[in-house]
Amino acid sequence: MKLDSKIPSGPLKDKWTKAKFEYKLVNPANRRKYHIIVVGSGLAGSAAAASFGEQGYNVSCFCYQDSPRRAHSIAAQGGINSSKNYQNDGDSVKRLFYDTLKGGDYRAREANVFRLAEVSGGIIDQCVAQGVPFAREYGGTLANRSFGGAQVSRTFYARGQTGQQLLLGAYSAISRQIGLGQVKMYNRHEMVDLVLVDGHAKGIVARNMVTGKVETYRADCVVLCTGGYGNVFYLSTNAVGCNVTAAYRAHKRGAGFANPCYTQIHPTCIPVHGDQQSKLTLMSESLRNDGRVWVPKKKDDCPKAPASIPEDARDYYLERKYPSFGNLAPRDISSRAAKEACDDGRGVGPEVNGKRLGVYLDFAAAIQRYGKIALLARGKQAGETDEQAILRLGEAAIAERYGNLFDMYACITGENPYKTPMRIYPAVHYTMGGLWVDYDLQSNIPGLFVAGEANFSDHGANRLGASALMQGLADGYFVLPYTVPNYLAQQKAGKTPGGVDLDKANGPFDKVKDEVNALHKRLLGIQGKTTPREFHKRLGNLMWEYCGMARTKEGLTYAIGEIQKLRTEFWKDVKVVGTAESLNQELERAGRVADFLEFGELMCRDALIREESCGGHFRSEHQVLEGAEKGEALRDDEKFSHAAVWEYAGFDNAPVRHVEPLPYEETVRSMRSYK
Amino acid sequence: MSGKNLNLTLRVWRQTPGQADKFEDHQVSNVSEDSSFLEMMDILNEQIVAQGGEPVAFDSDCREGICGMCSMTINGMPHGPVPGVTTCQLHMRNFKDGETITIEPWRARPFPVMKDLVVDRAAFDSIIQAGGFISVRTGSAIDANIHPIAKDIADRAMDAAECIGCGACVAACKNSSAMLFVGAKVSQLNSLPQGKPEKDRRTLAMVKAMDESKFGACTNYGECQAACPKGITLDFIAQMNRDYAVAKVKDFFKSTGKKRAGGD
Repeated sequence: MKLDSKIPSGPLKDKWTKAKFEYKLVNPANRRKYHIIVVGSGLAGSAAAASFGEQGYNVSCFCYQDSPRRAHSIAAQGGINSSKNYQNDGDSVKRLFYDTLKGGDYRAREANVFRLAEVSGGIIDQCVAQGVPFAREYGGTLANRSFGGAQVSRTFYARGQTGQQLLLGAYSAISRQIGLGQVKMYNRHEMVDLVLVDGHAKGIVARNMVTGKVETYRADCVVLCTGGYGNVFYLSTNAVGCNVTAAYRAHKRGAGFANPCYTQIHPTCIPVHGDQQSKLTLMSESLRNDGRVWVPKKKDDCPKAPASIPEDARDYYLERKYPSFGNLAPRDISSRAAKEACDDGRGVGPEVNGKRLGVYLDFAAAIQRYGKIALLARGKQAGETDEQAILRLGEAAIAERYGNLFDMYACITGENPYKTPMRIYPAVHYTMGGLWVDYDLQSNIPGLFVAGEANFSDHGANRLGASALMQGLADGYFVLPYTVPNYLAQQKAGKTPGGVDLDKANGPFDKVKDEVNALHKRLLGIQGKTTPREFHKRLGNLMWEYCGMARTKEGLTYAIGEIQKLRTEFWKDVKVVGTAESLNQELERAGRVADFLEFGELMCRDALIREESCGGHFRSEHQVLEGAEKGEALRDDEKFSHAAVWEYAGFDNAPVRHVEPLPYEETVRSMRSYK
Repeated sequence: MSGKNLNLTLRVWRQTPGQADKFEDHQVSNVSEDSSFLEMMDILNEQIVAQGGEPVAFDSDCREGICGMCSMTINGMPHGPVPGVTTCQLHMRNFKDGETITIEPWRARPFPVMKDLVVDRAAFDSIIQAGGFISVRTGSAIDANIHPIAKDIADRAMDAAECIGCGACVAACKNSSAMLFVGAKVSQLNSLPQGKPEKDRRTLAMVKAMDESKFGACTNYGECQAACPKGITLDFIAQMNRDYAVAKVKDFFKSTGKKRAGGD
């Protein structure tokens, strides 16, 4: 496998300008002769498809939902970073670049991250012009808020629904192009394979999820914007339909998969209620601005009502361990601390499968604090004691800040978080790994581009809050519209690299289509006893236990064996009802679970070989053993300052690991410390 | 968290092309009160599959009330009996042990049923494609802070923009009117300075597309507002009606006016 990152020469700040000038262009009159396939309609996919359409290319866009507006980008709550420096608080392209790189524990590609910071300003301009109703100040200018991992206020937001508003902006742009006939939208179509012709990506095979028909689609290049693979854990904050299939099947056709073990576990999610759970719900990180995290000091206190546990019997463990950052310690660190407390038997909430997995996020102190301030300013009502007034005013102040999140929590748990502390526990949220791409976001397969969460390049081993939306839109609006035409300019429109008309090159397309049909036939033919969902749950349990927040050599080795067994069992005993040529949600699930069963093993292998701790990847063997930083992640820059890129070697063969070194030309790496 | 479990009877609408449509009764037991309605549907489906039957097809994706994919009429009400939530955020503690629950798809002519509880909402997309956008090319935007927008206007645009496009408003309306959906998008874009240049064209085009998709007229029942999981209010319909009237009048005079000679 050839891994050429194609990073332009010269200083960081000039690289993108240089690249843009050197890229080849396609004459406007010739653009309509080229056809681009975009898979996925989230921020990256919709933005890219709309931009290609505006440029004059013919675009086909595919999504598995019933409308491009439903992609899971829509669920992002907090906001989007941009180095606008509207707050005059010292922000700059370089600072956003540096924060993102450090937040990723120095495992991202320096040049890509710099470009991300560089184009971040244009994203906000573009979204505002589309009518995205960002929050504003009374003077009419844009408002910002703060987020983890930064000392400046650079996050733009639209209430608690920033992702929704940005996606609807991109959706309006792609809708305009659909109306103009530039983009053809294929809703309820799932990409099930990639087609290579003469070594180049020249089309896909997709299943129409309504009729069940499997069809081939040809194009001059293919762009995957298919999101992350968090659902390999079964339970995650991802939508239930999110899957790794498009990316993994491209991987099986030769695309390198980089750093699959990098997953982000978000510390503040609503705990699992039991076996019937289908997904986990995030409570925004912003809650930790005012909530205090604690568990009882004594195990005996765990089943008791939180109000009955006196102050001195509580362990505010984040404040104890990280006095300077306290409850606002970064995501990976807060998550691990919650796990430690629960593993120690001090978790709270109802027992699920014999364990209490939850910690309190308590707003009582904040309610008192805000209540006292408000009492001074506004006074109390007739017949009210001071205590009652403080409680009333304090709860109102909290409601103003976090009302929608408190409502959501109450809706899901049936508890009132104003009166009793929230219970939270970490959950899988985002995946930093993805298909390997070069500086042009092109994979090692020519003509196959990968953007958004589906690629690996910008977040290293840990992603900072409000950076996923930034990356999706940066890739879609400002990177791909330069790099994809550069590839197209070197191809003859509508021809294979060998010079044959694409429409006549039936061989490779028919072959892949037949393979897909055979796969579906095989899945339906097993007629075993266990449902695809059951296999998915069992895989998820293994992944969470052994490839989750803390990983060990022993655990990972064990998990690899168990996953292999589970996979063998799947192909003997899976029960898929229905037929191939109809709307069949069980067949859809079975195909996705089959890929997760292979991909999970790849993740464990990647985690096993990476003998260091970095960002979201924590190997228990590699932590600081003594001193002030005891228990913290121990990176090994000498051995692991690289991206691990995996090459598929066949169903029964171990994948091959390649390496892309990550040289840092202008940045000095340091240890992340939040003590 | 209560930890209690429910036993329920479900009357589920089954519809497959080429077969007779019918309600089918199923018993589900041991449903946790903490489960969501869709998790209860997952249990039902696992049970049907175990017995060798065809599971009930239904749409869902994010399961946190924002993507707008889930669409069930529960006991006659789109998204069920609890106001302000989508089906995926409806939890089983809102039901009683032993209850019979009737589950149907959205019932509206412009949303044909594809299978069981899955409906086709492509008509919503076609309305947006007709004019639910601001025509701005990537790269041609001006600086985001050049247009100051008063906070109350930005907030009101955001109120309208919260629509998730689920279609509950249409399903709840006896006329199958899409006025709440269209009104929300028209109001969001028309009230922002960026959206003003295309205001008239947008309003006329979206209303035309809405009519072409066979959505009914609004007769002010207000069921749409009651069913909306995101609290979109009727005054956005009023705003659209005003904008439509103005656009229509302008369009009338424009079409009778003399065309200017070319060359300017």
